[in-house]
Amino acid sequence: MQNVAIADQTVELHDPQTFITKYVWSQDHKVIAIQYSLTAIFVGLVALVLSGLMRLQLGFPDTFDFITPSSYLQFVTMHGMIMVVYLLTALLLGGFGNYMIPLMIGARDMVFPFMNMLSFWVYLLSVIVLMASFFVPGGPTGAGWTLYPPQAILEGTPGSDWGIILMLVSLAIFIVAFTMGGLNYVTTVIQARTHGMTMMRMPLTIWGIFTATILGLLAFPALLVSAIMMLFDKILGTSFFMPALVSLGENLDYSGGSPVLFQHLFWFFGHPEVYIVALPAFGMVSDVLATHARKNIFGYRMMVWAIVGIGGLSFVVWAHHMYVSGMHPAFGFFFATTTLIIAVPTAIKVYNWVLTLYRGNIQLTVPMLFAIGFIFTFTHGGLTGLFLGNVTIDLPLSDTYFVVAHFHMVMGVSPVMVLFAAVYHWYPLFTGRMFNEKLGKAHFWLTFLGAYAVYLPMHYIGLLGVPRRYFAMGTTDFIPESAFTLNASITVSALIVGLSQLIFLYNLFWSLRYGKPAGHNPWGATSLEWQTPDVPPHHGNWGKELPVVYRWAYDYGVPGVEQDFIPQNHPVTDAEHTAGEPEGSKA
Amino acid sequence: MTAQSNETTAYTEPGIKGMVSDWVGDKQVFDMPWGKLMMWLFLLSDTFIFSVFLTGYMNVRLSATDSWPNTSEVFALTIFGSHLPLVLIAIMTFILITSSGTMAMAVNFAYSGNKRVTVILITLTAILGASFVGMQAFEWSKLIEEGVRPWENPFGAAQFGSAFFMITGFHGLHVTGGVIYLLVVARKVARGDYDKKGYAIVEIVGLYWHFVDLVWVFIFAFFYLW
Repeated sequence: MQNVAIADQTVELHDPQTFITKYVWSQDHKVIAIQYSLTAIFVGLVALVLSGLMRLQLGFPDTFDFITPSSYLQFVTMHGMIMVVYLLTALLLGGFGNYMIPLMIGARDMVFPFMNMLSFWVYLLSVIVLMASFFVPGGPTGAGWTLYPPQAILEGTPGSDWGIILMLVSLAIFIVAFTMGGLNYVTTVIQARTHGMTMMRMPLTIWGIFTATILGLLAFPALLVSAIMMLFDKILGTSFFMPALVSLGENLDYSGGSPVLFQHLFWFFGHPEVYIVALPAFGMVSDVLATHARKNIFGYRMMVWAIVGIGGLSFVVWAHHMYVSGMHPAFGFFFATTTLIIAVPTAIKVYNWVLTLYRGNIQLTVPMLFAIGFIFTFTHGGLTGLFLGNVTIDLPLSDTYFVVAHFHMVMGVSPVMVLFAAVYHWYPLFTGRMFNEKLGKAHFWLTFLGAYAVYLPMHYIGLLGVPRRYFAMGTTDFIPESAFTLNASITVSALIVGLSQLIFLYNLFWSLRYGKPAGHNPWGATSLEWQTPDVPPHHGNWGKELPVVYRWAYDYGVPGVEQDFIPQNHPVTDAEHTAGEPEGSKA
Repeated sequence: MTAQSNETTAYTEPGIKGMVSDWVGDKQVFDMPWGKLMMWLFLLSDTFIFSVFLTGYMNVRLSATDSWPNTSEVFALTIFGSHLPLVLIAIMTFILITSSGTMAMAVNFAYSGNKRVTVILITLTAILGASFVGMQAFEWSKLIEEGVRPWENPFGAAQFGSAFFMITGFHGLHVTGGVIYLLVVARKVARGDYDKKGYAIVEIVGLYWHFVDLVWVFIFAFFYLW
């Protein structure tokens, strides 16, 4: 395998022999991707139910006896951590990353299939450890998803006996799993692209996943180390994060630790984590938009550099999550500036998506609806981010529902919209069948309008000053009666949105059996994953020979050709050369 | 993206121009086996882990309310009646750096096809690594006897013990893992498992080993000497 310019991998492939090696201990990237996705969707549903319970309490306080202040905090914590780490990160990178990378770059599998398999099983272990915390004495931790010490490990916080330990152990295991997968993704993209697939011909999906994985490999270490240190504080009684303090009238043995250190470490992980989730979503939505608008993506090179730029900048903005912790004004100034600079490449991306749609031949298919919905939700979430990036505006808003609305819009709803777009877009490839269009559209409108019904009023009650993480608002003078009515309305909308996801699940399973056979390339897409000899692709992906790539992934709406698109593996014809612009100038 | 079919070779010119042509071509960006690149990426990630450990240690050293112990006194040994500060650490560091030398020689002999010498050198590296871990165990037990615990110690700030056990422990685990890794590779080299695939694996395990040494140099500088 050494010193080969392009390596074909057939010797490394380990064809599956039995049912077990084919579907359980499988080393095929596509099976691993589906295992990852199903596990992630399962925990995601748990987190969705938790959010429903939280909303029930907030919308109708004093109605539900089984939701105590402690269990409310546990719901908040588990909802946040599961959604961010165990659902979005795992589904976008473990699921879509695994499925798409080898197919889109023309490889037969990841470079180390065995390690890839191990990555899933270790991830499953981390999920099991996390879920176990629901069944231990004291229940899961209620420290908030940021797990700030000292409160996270002190008595009085729910789950401070076992819940917090299981949470930290589970995170450490997750990081091991992610590292094994992530090393594979990056090495595969760098080394195993097929003939003709230069970096600047890769679909933006791959650019997003590739950059996000690098961010993960550099950001997760901070979380791993802080998890280890906090475990020591909890179990061994060290004082890394614990200052001298009095708890429940007792002097504790801790002294001299630094709680702010944890916040720095956590957010050094936590902010890149936002982009670990967002960048793959940016990439996938670009491909969905271009395919369904039958138009090349506007400014491909700019899109690539924007992804790389956002990735780099995401490492120097972390302290904007900590303005209220107090810091030297010069640092506040620095972090506010870098935060606002990130808006530049992000805005470039939004403009380019809109310009891709401009005068395109827009097909309002279900994936396209979700992709356009994403542009709306992401723009809204991004704009409120500009407010919150400024220190003086952030201070009064920081602990209110305004922030909750902001980050749910930008990194909750938006990536989920892209995930739905991506699942609908690639469903024919995964299964060989089309999903039900009507159910898909119903799912879109309920989710999209529902998301606005939930989060727009939440911005408003945040501006009123309603604090977040409170079990009940009680009777405070500055909170008007209308805030309670709005909260009830938000809860009703949230429950409707939550239930409408059942349509999605039903559609997935119904279409698996009764959907129309999709055939090859139903959307008329140019990228390589649709050009496999079999749909869904078989083990090894490409039959006897690897495909050869002759062009970028966005030759849509090409004049003078039979169909309105040219797949990446079609050679350039003489007619194209004489027809107008040379191929090389397009990208 | 200039030409349709870049005729690529595995070797490119040096300098920035070569780097650019490596990244834009339709070829493996790095002219090395997949496993070697993966080890480099892993080590990059691991660098961040150790950097965060050391940053965290420096931070708690600043935030600690009690005074920091004088490390050259804590880590001193009295041998034959003479009081020698940091003597054990000096020996440990010397041994670990020597093991890097034997590792580098092993890589050289592996590529030139001398299996017997390669196996001997890798085993020697593993033995040196194991003796490093052994001395670390001695150091730990000495400090534990003197009453140093992760949560307290008689010399001053409690964070001294916490950071010491955490960082040297994490590094010691890396060395122990490396020793096992080395022995596995040595056995496979001896069996001739790599005759067909090539001996890049020796270089890969070597990369890991050099990294563990390099990290030790930083721990030595920041924890023991400061």
